[in-house]
Amino acid sequence: MSSIERSPWLIHYDASSCNGCDIEVLACLTPVYDAERFGCIVTGDPKQADIFLVTGSVNHLNAPVLRNIYEQMPEPKAVVAIGACAYTGGVFSECYNVSGGVASTIPVDVYVPGCAAKPESILDGVVRAAMILKEKEKASRADRKAAARSSSRRGARRAARADRKKDAQ
Amino acid sequence: MKGIEIYAAIAYIILGPILGGLMDGLDRVITARLQGRIGPPLLQPFYDLRKLLTRRIAPVNRLQMPLIASHLVFAALTGVLFFYGSDILLIVFVLTLASVFLVLAAYSTGSPYSTIGAERELLLMTAYEPMVIIALVGLYGVAKSFNFYAILGSKMPAYLYLPGIYLGIVFVLEMKLRKSPFDISTSHHAHQELVMGLTADMGGPALALVELAHWYESVYLFALVLLFFSSSWIAAILGLVFTYLAIILLDNATARVKWELALSFAWIVALVAGAGNLIPFYLISRGTP
Repeated sequence: MSSIERSPWLIHYDASSCNGCDIEVLACLTPVYDAERFGCIVTGDPKQADIFLVTGSVNHLNAPVLRNIYEQMPEPKAVVAIGACAYTGGVFSECYNVSGGVASTIPVDVYVPGCAAKPESILDGVVRAAMILKEKEKASRADRKAAARSSSRRGARRAARADRKKDAQ
Repeated sequence: MKGIEIYAAIAYIILGPILGGLMDGLDRVITARLQGRIGPPLLQPFYDLRKLLTRRIAPVNRLQMPLIASHLVFAALTGVLFFYGSDILLIVFVLTLASVFLVLAAYSTGSPYSTIGAERELLLMTAYEPMVIIALVGLYGVAKSFNFYAILGSKMPAYLYLPGIYLGIVFVLEMKLRKSPFDISTSHHAHQELVMGLTADMGGPALALVELAHWYESVYLFALVLLFFSSSWIAAILGLVFTYLAIILLDNATARVKWELALSFAWIVALVAGAGNLIPFYLISRGTP
């Protein structure tokens, strides 16, 4: 198992939610659901977080805040949009100030359905996000290796030789 | 004898973090059980450390990482000097120096949360420092030495002579290990008040180094507690286990205090339990040859 899958640290942001989903997010930490058994820690610092939990619809006031938190998180990162409002804006989607779901501002990896979302499904979403993070980490490690190879002189020579061979064919 | 000390110091460098991490993991399991939860696996702190080390994050500024690295070096050096058999008085101030580096690292980020966390850490240092000095003076009174091995080798049941000072040291441990009711500068796990306080804006490898330094520190602190129970193996094991469990229980049973209360409480304990223990002890030990 990769290390990130075993200790996904969370940050939770309430983007104009009715607090229904937020209460369910907090319920995940209580003895009944106990998110810490998966190694989850809810941290307040985006720089220490791996998975971003967002509840509620996005409006023009909180979109910059959402983007700011997302940008402060280290790579790779995953976003979990919790509840109907975080998906499309929910019942608020027609409001003049609402710009839609979380995906209108930042890329979303996992959607958790429900109004309000159940703690079980939130935990499921977090575990899925951790699996996505693992894949992302693997991909970014391969990318870095490729970049390191092409930046070194020997690697560049090898790549040029491969190109020539392809041309000859 | 000198050979053993060098091996002990080397063993501390290698085994210190392993022992500290296990203590942290066990703490999280026991805390979870006290709260009626299953809790994380025992090795969770090591998973966290490994993950933090692999995270890629731009540092907040160029000063933060060197300061945190200095914090780790001096935190490790504290225990190394301790097990090498240096003067305990010196060692206490080396640990203070390590804490000062962490405070400087927190100030360097400029975040309001870490600034308040740094201020509170400085106040906590002011709060526990008198008690530490009193404890050292008390241990000197019992064993007539400031050397770890000499105090350990004296086989004196210091907990019988210095019960008040032992109580004071438990308070110091609560502060140093950042446990409730004194976890005001920063805290572990999900408790948050100042976002992350002292460790706000420290992400990825920076936080990993802080954690590692914390593990080194906690092993050293429990070695200090060991000095109170050096009379026999059974006393040593029982004393350490009791202290460890008492600290976790206090952490779970108390709420966070304000810094004014932490400061005055720590000084009252130092004055009443510490000095109140030291003065009668001196009067009695002067009477006996």
